[in-house]
Amino acid sequence: MEWEVVIGLEVHVQLSTQSKLFSGASTTFGAAPNTQACAVDLAMPGTLPVPNAEAFRFAVMFGLAMNAEIGHRSVFERKNYFYPDLPKGYQTTQLAEPIVGPGEIEIHLEDGSSKKVRLHHAHLEEDAGKSLHEAVFEEGHGMSGIDLNRAGTPLIEIVSEPDLRSAAEAVAYLKKIHSIVTYLGISDGDMSQGSMRCDANVSVRLKGEEELGTRTEIKNVNSFRFVERAIKVEAERQIDLLEDGGTVVQETRLYDSDKNETRSMRSKEVANDYRYFPCPDLLPVELSDDYVEQLRSELPELPDAKSARFASEYGLSAYDADQLTQERALADYFETVAKASGEPKLAANWMMGELAALLNREELSIEQSPVSAEHLAGLIERIKDNTISSKIAKQVFEAMASGEGDADTVIEKRGLKQVSDTGAIEQMVDEVIANSARQVENYRNADESKRPKMMGYFVGQIMKASKGQANPQMINKILKEKLDALL
Amino acid sequence: MAVDAQTVEKLAELARIAISEETVDEVGKRLGNVLHLVDQLQAVHTEGVVPMAHPLDEVQVLRPDEVTETNQRDEFLELAPQSEQGLYLVPKVID
Amino acid sequence: MHQLTIAEIIRGLREREFSSVEITRQLLTRIEQLDREFNSFITITAESALEQAEAADRCLAAGGAPALCGVPIAHKDIFCTRGVRTSCGSKMLDNFVPPYDARVVEQLQAAGTVSLGKTNMDEFAMGSSNETSFYGPVKNPWNPEHVPGGSSGGSAAAVAAQLVPGATATDTGGSIRQPAALTNTTGIKPTYGRVSRWGMVAFASSLDQGGPVARTAEDVAYLLAAMSGHDERDSTSLNRPVPDFAAGLNDDLAGLRIGVPKEYFGEGLDGDTASRVQDALKEYEKLGAKLVDISLPHTGLAVPAYYVIAPAEASANLSRFDGVRYGYRCENPADLRDLYMRSRGEGFGEEVKRRILVGTYALSAGYYDAYYNKAQQVRRLIKQDFVQAFEQVDVIMGPTAPHPAFRIGEKGDDPVAMYLEDIYTLSANLAGLPAMSLPCGLVNGLPVGLQIIGNYLDEGRMLNAAHRYQQATDWHRATAPYAHAGGDQ
Repeated sequence: MEWEVVIGLEVHVQLSTQSKLFSGASTTFGAAPNTQACAVDLAMPGTLPVPNAEAFRFAVMFGLAMNAEIGHRSVFERKNYFYPDLPKGYQTTQLAEPIVGPGEIEIHLEDGSSKKVRLHHAHLEEDAGKSLHEAVFEEGHGMSGIDLNRAGTPLIEIVSEPDLRSAAEAVAYLKKIHSIVTYLGISDGDMSQGSMRCDANVSVRLKGEEELGTRTEIKNVNSFRFVERAIKVEAERQIDLLEDGGTVVQETRLYDSDKNETRSMRSKEVANDYRYFPCPDLLPVELSDDYVEQLRSELPELPDAKSARFASEYGLSAYDADQLTQERALADYFETVAKASGEPKLAANWMMGELAALLNREELSIEQSPVSAEHLAGLIERIKDNTISSKIAKQVFEAMASGEGDADTVIEKRGLKQVSDTGAIEQMVDEVIANSARQVENYRNADESKRPKMMGYFVGQIMKASKGQANPQMINKILKEKLDALL
Repeated sequence: MAVDAQTVEKLAELARIAISEETVDEVGKRLGNVLHLVDQLQAVHTEGVVPMAHPLDEVQVLRPDEVTETNQRDEFLELAPQSEQGLYLVPKVID
Repeated sequence: MHQLTIAEIIRGLREREFSSVEITRQLLTRIEQLDREFNSFITITAESALEQAEAADRCLAAGGAPALCGVPIAHKDIFCTRGVRTSCGSKMLDNFVPPYDARVVEQLQAAGTVSLGKTNMDEFAMGSSNETSFYGPVKNPWNPEHVPGGSSGGSAAAVAAQLVPGATATDTGGSIRQPAALTNTTGIKPTYGRVSRWGMVAFASSLDQGGPVARTAEDVAYLLAAMSGHDERDSTSLNRPVPDFAAGLNDDLAGLRIGVPKEYFGEGLDGDTASRVQDALKEYEKLGAKLVDISLPHTGLAVPAYYVIAPAEASANLSRFDGVRYGYRCENPADLRDLYMRSRGEGFGEEVKRRILVGTYALSAGYYDAYYNKAQQVRRLIKQDFVQAFEQVDVIMGPTAPHPAFRIGEKGDDPVAMYLEDIYTLSANLAGLPAMSLPCGLVNGLPVGLQIIGNYLDEGRMLNAAHRYQQATDWHRATAPYAHAGGDQ
């Protein structure tokens, strides 16, 4: 039996506003517990919400970037349920009239193919606080502590259609969302701090089947890697279950990354009935065409457009252009290097080679790179003008990475300048030829076609004599002239 | 006309209001009376009438994104039935 | 001094006939002597009242004092008061001392008033008799065996008993007008959005509106002027200029078109009450107004629509009372569910719990369309009735309540009998229209109220009509028999 996995994602993205969605409390991450929970966030009696304009601006920008319909009229509703991290006993969210309607984006897969994924809608809502379950208290009273600093932080919940067919597609989609929100500057997208969280709806069906299978919802999977693993393991679980003649139960499951398994959650709880209804404390939000068009005109260049431009303007391959535009900071870095050095292809190669390896090794983001774009451009310029060879350049790069300064400083200090003086190279060539009578003899007797390969020995000797600093093109040229003169 | 015990218990659970077993029938009867009263609505012809959530046709005014609140944690925590280390305490939350 | 109206107090203070401290002290003494009987106050703030009165006297002496400087008032215990317990008539908030003031409290403080304390009310404003208060029922100063109406029964009774010349109140389905009618006081619920709801504990957000109760339309105009105005902390607050309500009080009523809805004089209206209201309408004709027969055909549906919408909103508004951050918490909760179930089960009274359950039902899966959505559609039909009526008339008049104050306990535990008390007042809340009640006679020694419903933002014209009537008649001057005890010092 061949199974097909069907996945829809609900992605929650925290918007990087200064203040909360409905109050003037700060949204800064990491403050002492409850120091950023004001009367509104605490649902003190008589307090009322007033929505944040910036949250709407961000949500509209997102919708435009997703090629989605914008809700010119959107309505907040109350979603009712009791939980200690939800002070009002309801979450203020949107349901029937969300700020962002249906849309579509293209995702790019590792095999170079791409695919369109439909957006069902995206809505604005408030985040909940946090329950601290660990033993944070000295006394062993076994209670939980509630921190409401996060309560009221604006979120957009982005709901896809069930268009994804593998864990890899889900990750590609998630990366695309990440890339869009960070390009727009509407979120830091930091999954480790919970700025971006993902719930996955997973079901399986026999290939060719029209109807969707029963789905489970995997809650709060908070890294790209875990999303991939959680979906894989859940799909396997469902397939095993069905192949053994069982049935999938519609439920919420939690991914345990230590055991790499999903397990049922809240199964004992009575089926929820959220009793949504329009929030009477808030009025419908109406946005004019002018407002939306103004934001459209101000949108920054987005990943797909930038990738296409990098390919055409800088002559990069589609793959390279895609890789370099996944993150806005990476793309900006590239453009700085490419423009300053005038060598876009070299810039791309260096970034995807040495620089990527360095960042990966040190677990740094591009923003934290120890080699600045200007320094990398300086290095490429020295390669271009033959001051150093590509091989020496790697040495210079490592030195720059460990903080020895820019390329010129390193080259100067370490004396790595390439020897391009004809006289000096001629002298080295002469010396090597004089000391290699046997090899010269072999060269002379060899067949014409084999001679170029035999030159390697001489080049190696000369390079060794020059400590790698002799200009390789000049060595080749002079050596060939001199050896040919002996024929 | 009374609301049955099972429904009363379901509503009590959703609303998180304890109702003692002895009073369930009484509560059900009262709720039934209220529902009977509001059931008059069912006879009204409302096809095409847009539901009215607000008395006035006003639209929302949005607030500029500014931090206007300062930390008043201690004042608020003083109101809490139980708190410790700046946190509100509740019986253990189990996910 | 306790018989003085706010207008008279303002004059007396400015002309140095008495000081704010003097009148404050006298009223505090009356409260102490008489309120054991009426139970109209939950909290008395004697000490801070005297401090405020002293400050007011200094301000009056210095000159440039604000409009209501030195005038004693009281606040319904639904308005949050910084440092003063705000119980909302509930065990749930018996220990709740807010660290912030309601907008209305700030405004009246800025206007110079002196607050004597917090008045009793039906629990979370849910009631029409003031019998659901955790602090016990309020007695009607016209006859302590009768209810004062609700939910602002404490404010109305305190004014009727001459314990205070004016008080704040709120009206979700008639909670200002019905108690005003039953206690021979004057009260107005302005246009929805006129008065900020910030710091006013919410019952049903799309219906709740604050307003004043006092003894005359003129006094009500002064208080309403101080309470009105846009508040950016309340998204539903109207950003419209606030007219000087007192300026037009004496305008001529010649040509005023008064709509008299036939549905307000049908079955269920007590005959004597009807004739007092008819007498009032005749008086208006004498004043030059013209009576126009109108119809508000959906009036009968206001009760069912209201008793879906208000409980639905309340069911969510009251979810915040969960025993976690403030308010009542049950003893030794076994687990989280137990904490919620018992804190709410023990902290709320029967009527509040009943309305939460009704609201939960109306919003729950499978019933939303038949109840909540249907009620919101009917609400629009009710509003349209008014919009059409106001094309022909300037104001609408009729009874405030179907009969005078009933006896405490008379309605038993049957919620439905109680709900029908609001039949004439609910529509204005559903439509968001301003409406007021003023005294128009007595039946068997108990007061009857005339209701005036105005067009949106037309409070000035309503107050003008009420004031001219009070210039021409003396009903509003009739004093509750039980207010006579405890004379001037």
